[in-house]
Amino acid sequence: MSTIFQDLVDTLRKSTLHFADTKKLMNTLNIIVTIKQVPDTAEVRIDPKTNSLMREGVPSIINPEDRNALEAALALREAHDGTVTALSMGPPQARDALEEALCMGADLAVLLSDRAFAGADTLITAFTLSRAIMKIAKYDLILCGRQAIDGDTAQVGPQIAGFLDLPQVTYAEGLELKKGGSLIVQRGLEDSNQWVQVKLPALITVTGRINHPRYPNLYNVADSCDDAKIKIWTAKDLQLPQAMLGLGASPTTVKKIFEPDRKMKGEMIPGDERQMAEALITKLKEMHVI
Amino acid sequence: MIQLVPEKCIGCKLCVKACLFGGIAVDGKVPRLTDSCTGCGACVDVCRVEAIIASGEKTGPVCDFAAYKGIWVFAEQHAGKLHSVTLELLGKARELADARSAEVTAVLLGSGIAALDGELFRHGADRVLLTDAPFLANYRTAPYERIVARLICEHKPEVILIGATTTGRDLAPRLANRLRTGLTADCTGLEIGPEGGLLQTRPAFGGNIMATIATPNHRPQMATVRPGVMQARLFENKKGETVRIAVSEEPGDGLVQILKTLAREKSSVSLEKAEVIVSGGRGMGEPKNFKLLENLAGLLSGEVGASRAAVDLGWMPHDHQVGQTGKTVKPRIYIACGISGAVQHLAGMQSSDIIIAINRDPAAPIFQAATFGMVGDALKIIPELISQLNANT
Ligand SMILES: Cc1cc2nc3c(=O)[nH]c(=O)nc-3n(C[C@H](O)[C@H](O)[C@H](O)COP(=O)(O)OP(=O)(O)OC[C@H]3O[C@@H](n4cnc5c(N)ncnc54)[C@H](O)[C@@H]3O)c2cc1C
Ligand SMILES: Cc1cc2nc3c(=O)[nH]c(=O)nc-3n(C[C@H](O)[C@H](O)[C@H](O)COP(=O)(O)OP(=O)(O)OC[C@H]3O[C@@H](n4cnc5c(N)ncnc54)[C@H](O)[C@@H]3O)c2cc1C
Repeated sequence: MSTIFQDLVDTLRKSTLHFADTKKLMNTLNIIVTIKQVPDTAEVRIDPKTNSLMREGVPSIINPEDRNALEAALALREAHDGTVTALSMGPPQARDALEEALCMGADLAVLLSDRAFAGADTLITAFTLSRAIMKIAKYDLILCGRQAIDGDTAQVGPQIAGFLDLPQVTYAEGLELKKGGSLIVQRGLEDSNQWVQVKLPALITVTGRINHPRYPNLYNVADSCDDAKIKIWTAKDLQLPQAMLGLGASPTTVKKIFEPDRKMKGEMIPGDERQMAEALITKLKEMHVI
Repeated sequence: MIQLVPEKCIGCKLCVKACLFGGIAVDGKVPRLTDSCTGCGACVDVCRVEAIIASGEKTGPVCDFAAYKGIWVFAEQHAGKLHSVTLELLGKARELADARSAEVTAVLLGSGIAALDGELFRHGADRVLLTDAPFLANYRTAPYERIVARLICEHKPEVILIGATTTGRDLAPRLANRLRTGLTADCTGLEIGPEGGLLQTRPAFGGNIMATIATPNHRPQMATVRPGVMQARLFENKKGETVRIAVSEEPGDGLVQILKTLAREKSSVSLEKAEVIVSGGRGMGEPKNFKLLENLAGLLSGEVGASRAAVDLGWMPHDHQVGQTGKTVKPRIYIACGISGAVQHLAGMQSSDIIIAINRDPAAPIFQAATFGMVGDALKIIPELISQLNANT
C-alpha cells in the first residue's frame, strides 16, 4: 500500500466513518470521481472592453454530470462497500464544490490547487489529474462526467484514461458491478443503446441520464466538511515542474474569444392569427422554401 | 534549446518518464530528442547527472513542421454505411487541402467495407487508407485508437478531422493523448490562418461565447466537428488511390467487450437530416398539443423537435431534443413554438437557414435569433397555419 493511500485511510479512520477495518476497505471498490467546479453557464458574459470572460458574480456549481458521476459512485459504494474520493483541479474556491461532494457522501476529497495549474487545456488538465490519481494510487474505478458545461469538450475523461492506460467506456447511462471485478455498462449512443462489459480498473464517463443525484445532506455539513477530509495538493506534491503544467504546457491556445453572431433581429409579422399565418405562408412561398 | 551530453548519461530514463510528449528516448545510455520534443525543459529538471541541459530561452518545438503534410478525415461508418459527418468533413478537408496544396486522406476502418472508397473519393478524398478486418466490425476504443495512431505516426498528417459523434468523441481524445497534441472540440469554423496553421472556431459556455483556438507548436492539429455543421461536396467522376493496411487483433482489444446493441424505439426520427423541423417547448402546454406540431410537420414534410423542458416533462422522447445536450440541426426551416430561446437551445439550431418563432412573450430571446417572429398563442397560430396550408394544396 502506498504511503499516500495509507494517509487517506488514516484520515478515513479518524473521521466518523464506519470503516473500522482497513483490510475490508482494501477488498472493496475504491472509486475516484472527478469534480469540476463550473460557472452556471447561461449567465457568463464577455467584457466588451477587455474581450475576456466575466466570471465575477456568476454563481459556481458542481458540473451537473459530475453530480451524476458522484451519485453513481455513492450507489456502488452503498451496494458493495468501498470508498469514494472526489478529485478536483481548480482555484481555491473549488473547495466549495468538494465540500458539497462530501455532503453528498464522498469519503475524501483532493483539491489540486496551484497557480502553476492555471490555463491548462484538456490534455494538460487530464495529465495533472492523472498524476494525482497515480498519487492516490489505489483505485478500481474512475468516474467522470461526460462533459463540463463551460469548456464543453468531453475530452478530459478519455484523456485521463489515456494517461493511465485504462480501458474507457463513455456515455454511460447505467452501471452494474459483476462478480470477478467487471462492470456491465449501458451506453446511450445516437440512436441505439449498447451494453458493454469492461474489466476493472477502468474509467467511465456518465451522462445526465444515468440517475437522479441526491441532495447534499445539510444536517451533516459540519461533520462532512471536516477539514481533514479535504487534501490540498500543489505542483510540488505531484512532483511536477512548471514546464509540464498549465497554459505553458498546453498544446492548444485560445487566440480570440468573441460573442456569437446572433442572427439579425428578425422581421416581426403583425396581425391576428389568420393574418400572421397568411403573411408567413406568402413569404415562404416567395422565398421558394415551400 | 535542449542540449544533450551523452557522455554523462547513466541510462536511468527518468527523463523519458518525465516527458509528456514522447520527446526524448534513451537507447542504452544514449539519449536522443525525437520530433515530438517541445523544448519545454521537463527532462532538464529531472536529470540528476546533468546529461540534459537547457541553454538560453525556451525555444518552442524542435518538431519538424515540414514533415507533416496532408489533411486527414476519420471515415466513420456503421454497418457498412458512411456516417453523414464523414462526407461533410471531406468537403471541409478538400477546401483546407487546396489552401495548403496538399492531399485529402480518408482513414477507413471496419469489416467488409472496401467498396466504400468510391464514395469517399467522390466526396473529395484523394486517398483512402483502408483497414478491413472482422474484429473492426464494430467500433471499440482500443483497436481503433491503436491502428489510427500508428497510421498517423507513420504518415504524419498536418490536420486530422473527426466527427463529434459518440464514436468520434470517444476516439479523438485518446488519439490526441497518444500523440500528445492539441484537440479542439465541436468546431463550427475551420480555416487556414496567415501562418499556415489551422484556426479552429468553436462555441463554449453553452453557446454564449465563441473561441478561436490554434495548436501553434504541435502537429498534427486535431479537431472534431458536429454532424450537420459542414457542407458535403460532390465531385462526380473523382477517383483516387486505395491503400490496404494489414492489421491484427491484440490482447488489449478485448478489455471492453460489446455484449449487445439495440436500436432505440422511435429512432426513426432523423432531425439532422430533416429539411424542416417544427419544434415545441414548454409553451405547448401539454403533450397532446404536440399532435398539432406533428400535423404541421407532416404538411411540410418535416420532423418534430423539442426543447429540453418538453423532453424533461416527458412530452417528447429524448431523441427529439434540439440543443446543446440534444441534436445539432441545420434545416432549411426551423419553427420554434412555445420555446423561450435559451442559449442551450439556440446552440443546437441557430445555423438553420430560416428560423420562425412563435411565442406569446414579445421579449422572448428566441426572437433575437428568428428570421420571422410571430407574437401570439401557438395553440391558435399553428391550427391557422395548418388549415391555410391544407387549403393551399
Ligand atoms: C472558450 C474556451 C474553449 C476551450 N476549448 C478547448 C478545446 O477545444 N480543446 C482543449 O483541449 N481545451 C479547450 N479549452 C480548455 C478547457 O476548457 C480546459 O482544459 C478545461 O479545464 C477542461 O475542459 P472541459 O471543461 O471541456 O472539460 P470536459 O472534458 O468537458 O470535462 C469532462 C469531465 O472531466 C472532468 N474534469 C474536467 N476538468 C476538470 C477539473 N478541472 N477538475 C476535475 N475534473 C475535471 C469532469 O468530471 C468533467 O465532467 C477551452 C477553454 C476555453 C475557455
Ligand atoms: C447544461 C445545460 C444543457 C441544456 N441543454 C439543452 C438542450 O439541449 N436543449 C434545450 O432546449 N434546452 C437545454 N437546456 C435547458 C435550457 O436552458 C432551457 O431551460 C430550455 O431550453 C427551456 O425550454 P423551453 O423554451 O421549452 O421552456 P421555457 O423556457 O419555459 O419557455 C417556454 C416559452 O413558451 C412561451 N409560451 C407559453 N405559452 C405559450 C403559448 N400558448 N403560445 C406561445 N408561446 C407560449 C413562453 O413565453 C416561454 O417563452 C440546457 C440547460 C443546461 C443548464
